[in-house]
Amino acid sequence: MTSEAAPVEAHDTHDVRPIRKAAMWVFLGSEAMFFGSMIATFLLYRNTTADGPGAEIFNIPFTSASSFVLLMSSLTMVLAHNAFEKRDARATRIWLLATALLGITFLAGQIFEFTEFVHEGLKVSTSSFGSAFYMLTGFHGAHVAIGVTMLLAMFFLSLDGRLYEDRGLNVELIGLYWHFVDIVWIIIFTVVYLLQV
Amino acid sequence: MAETTHRSHPTPAAYWGIALFLAVVTAIEIAIPSISAFDPVKVPLLLGLAIIKFGTVVMFFMHLRYDKKLYRTLFLLGVIGVVPLMVIMLLSMDAL
Amino acid sequence: MVVDTEKDLASGNPTGLWSWITTVDHKRIGLLYGASALIFFFVAGLEALLLRLQLTTPNGTILSADAYNQLFTMHGLTMLLVVVMPVAAAFMNYFIPLHIGARDVAFPRANAFSYWLFLFSVVMLLSSFLLGGAPDGGWFGYAPLSTQLEEFVRMDYYAIGAQLLGIASITASANFIATVFTMRAPGMTLMRMPVFTWMAVVVSFLLIFSLPIFGVGLFQMFFDRNFGGQFFGGTGDPLLWQHLFWLFGHPEVYVLVLPAMGIVSEIFPTFSRKPLFGYPFVVFSGIAIGFMGFGVWAHHMYTAGLGPVAEAGFGVATMMIAVPTGVKIFNWIGTMWGGKVKFTLPMMFAIGFVSLFVIGGLSGVLHSVVPSDYQQHDSYFVVAHFHYVLFGGGVFGYVAGAYYWYPKWTGRMLDEKLGQWHFWLMLLGFNLTFAPMHILGLNGMARRTYRYPEGLGWEFWNQVATVGSFIIGISFLFFAWNLIKSRKDGRVAGNDPWDGRTLEWSISSPPPVHNFDEIPVVQHVDDFWYRKYATDDEGRAVRIPDVTGGTIAAETDTGGEDAHEEDMHMPSPSYYPVVSAFGIVFMGYGLVYLPGGWVAVGIGTLITMWGVFGWSLEPVTRDADHD
Ligand code: HEM
Ligand SMILES: [Cu+2]
Repeated sequence: MTSEAAPVEAHDTHDVRPIRKAAMWVFLGSEAMFFGSMIATFLLYRNTTADGPGAEIFNIPFTSASSFVLLMSSLTMVLAHNAFEKRDARATRIWLLATALLGITFLAGQIFEFTEFVHEGLKVSTSSFGSAFYMLTGFHGAHVAIGVTMLLAMFFLSLDGRLYEDRGLNVELIGLYWHFVDIVWIIIFTVVYLLQV
Repeated sequence: MAETTHRSHPTPAAYWGIALFLAVVTAIEIAIPSISAFDPVKVPLLLGLAIIKFGTVVMFFMHLRYDKKLYRTLFLLGVIGVVPLMVIMLLSMDAL
Repeated sequence: MVVDTEKDLASGNPTGLWSWITTVDHKRIGLLYGASALIFFFVAGLEALLLRLQLTTPNGTILSADAYNQLFTMHGLTMLLVVVMPVAAAFMNYFIPLHIGARDVAFPRANAFSYWLFLFSVVMLLSSFLLGGAPDGGWFGYAPLSTQLEEFVRMDYYAIGAQLLGIASITASANFIATVFTMRAPGMTLMRMPVFTWMAVVVSFLLIFSLPIFGVGLFQMFFDRNFGGQFFGGTGDPLLWQHLFWLFGHPEVYVLVLPAMGIVSEIFPTFSRKPLFGYPFVVFSGIAIGFMGFGVWAHHMYTAGLGPVAEAGFGVATMMIAVPTGVKIFNWIGTMWGGKVKFTLPMMFAIGFVSLFVIGGLSGVLHSVVPSDYQQHDSYFVVAHFHYVLFGGGVFGYVAGAYYWYPKWTGRMLDEKLGQWHFWLMLLGFNLTFAPMHILGLNGMARRTYRYPEGLGWEFWNQVATVGSFIIGISFLFFAWNLIKSRKDGRVAGNDPWDGRTLEWSISSPPPVHNFDEIPVVQHVDDFWYRKYATDDEGRAVRIPDVTGGTIAAETDTGGEDAHEEDMHMPSPSYYPVVSAFGIVFMGYGLVYLPGGWVAVGIGTLITMWGVFGWSLEPVTRDADHD
């Protein structure tokens, strides 16, 4: 079926999913611009450390571990979606919770990392490097936090069986958002961490 | 249900396989900076691996490979569009 | 199955203030956008009149330098983000669904959310006048001025206010894109869509991809001002702001003008009684402008010293963008050529649009040439240029749209005589105000000067400009009076007063809540025209006798009565969008007044979460709960 004809039908038979997904995808395209601009800013200031700490304070083994955690949360997310499509409420619930917990682990790691860096003398106000680093990773963290909130909300709703596929808050859409946050981190991990040390 | 538009999605087993693949690529990424033989090609290599991971998640976990072409266009306009803009900006600021 | 309450909703238009606050009907939201934009036009216009009063004579004493700075900044910012963009959004909201044969936009509640977020953000921006001073760093807020200004909240209002307006706009654009790509009526292929709707799509893409870049810049400004960030000051580079700003700012100028181009592309065929000349060219040149618009941003930065390679590259790219623009102009002229042109009010404003836009476009090409721009940059020549494209182009086009579609909104025609007064006064006042600014600019008068000494030879043209600006003001009083008066006294319009071509004219004026009794089946560009007219052997249009514009349904409709009942799911009213928007603006106020404001940020977050969760869990239509 072509994308030309299908949606009209979909609308009339009240399947709102393709409409929501189209909006979600274009929103993610927009988010790509958002993160792209912050990554470019970081690249601009990657050496502008003003005699403060620079990329050498990164703890690659630690960040690798938390990157791995986030990567695996994409697996649990897709398994949640898969279970949901198969109407397996129990499995959906478990995988949603697992994803949220992995997300929380990642956030905890980020908070730990930020505290360490501040101790070593890197703050937003230390240098342009510091500003760019904290803004980029901070906004990414904020996205993770929003994702975790939605996942937990889904989890609690699922306890009394209130998961719908045609509401704004549904497993598939949250999945798309969550994977996107993951792929942004894939780029950040390479560009900000691996390439700078 | 618009199930007709979905080609058959991967099975859970396939998802685990894809995750394993992603984990292996990540391990390689982490190893690369510490192997000095790779130094001259480090940048393109790491960027290439990141793009592979990026593409894998998008195509399989986000099902873009199986979904409507419209979604692909909408997303790629942003993802591909931002790169030249930022590269030109950085070039004109002598930052690349 | 449809429950009864729904039918009531579908037939009768609920009334009362609460019904407007909770409305999710795209037509009402469109009218709300339009009315708000008109009010803000008067606010921003008054600001401009104050600026003009100050400059009437040398050594003006009406405004202090500080007041002048605030007024021109707010005038520019409001005219662009709070008048022209919303007025375009008004037309898009109202007519995208009607043009593509849909019952509403893809996300009716998100649509309401966009409107309320826009409205509250404007109220916030305007309130800054009373709460410590309005933004005063120019509408493009150049760093490091914007990050160093002593006054502690002014540019924070800019950073947060513009950010919130951006969020409203991104939401609206995603909504329009989803609507157009997934909700078109059967047979309404992309290349059968009215040009206005096409331009709306291009604009939505421009916004969706350029606003996030601006958003990053605004956050960086905010970090610099509040958290000791060093993006543009300290070890940072102020040029970064210029890049991020104009990466948005240039696409933005097309955002302002493309919808107006779409509107006149509807008007010319209607009143020339001919199809649009070269429809595909108009569409593709619009798309081309959209793409190219992303690649020319640095022509605003020639004097920042980018170096010869970048300047040459951006200069050539800028000159090339004139090509698709020229294509459109030729197509409009080609449409009128040999047509039976009727000089109605919409047509007059549309012709005004094209003529003035051409003048502005020509001075724009002068700017694209780097050495000549060195001379004109930051002079009144630039002020003249952008008013010709934005006011002469933009505003004339939108006013044309208002005269064209007012009958559809209200069921009544606008008064012809008042309209004539409006047009001729506006045309006269406009040229008196802005044409002299070319001369002033070339004679060395700098943009954003709040006062000038005598003896520089600027007195005369400044006086002319001020007189002109008041004539513009008076012309808009005619307009406002016309809009108000004609709602009651106007001649009854009927469904199709202009013998129109597109689907909105096939339904009653004003349209019913559900728009179309039966979803039309589309076979042509200008489908409605071909339902009314056949062509004879010599290619002339001949009226198909028994069809009275308006009541016909598509003959090919196979669904029958019950099919039509089945898909009449109109979305139910909801107050959650208002709550969410209110929460976000509450957070915004908090951010302006950091660090004390963190409390407000917290409260705002809670309100927003209440709104957002309530909204995402409530069913779209009341009876949808069973599935
Ligand atoms: C009532 C008619 C208008 C008058 C009399 C008017 C007059 C002015 C004046 C005197 C300035 C300040 C010039 C300076 O000191 O540098 C100005 C700036 C500006 N105007 Fe208008 N204007 C009008 C309508 C518009 C419209 C309709 C738009 C856009 C849609 C617009 C957009 C701007 C912008 C963007 C600026 C630049 C602000 C800045 O420098 O930051 N104006 N206008
Ligand atoms: Cu420009």
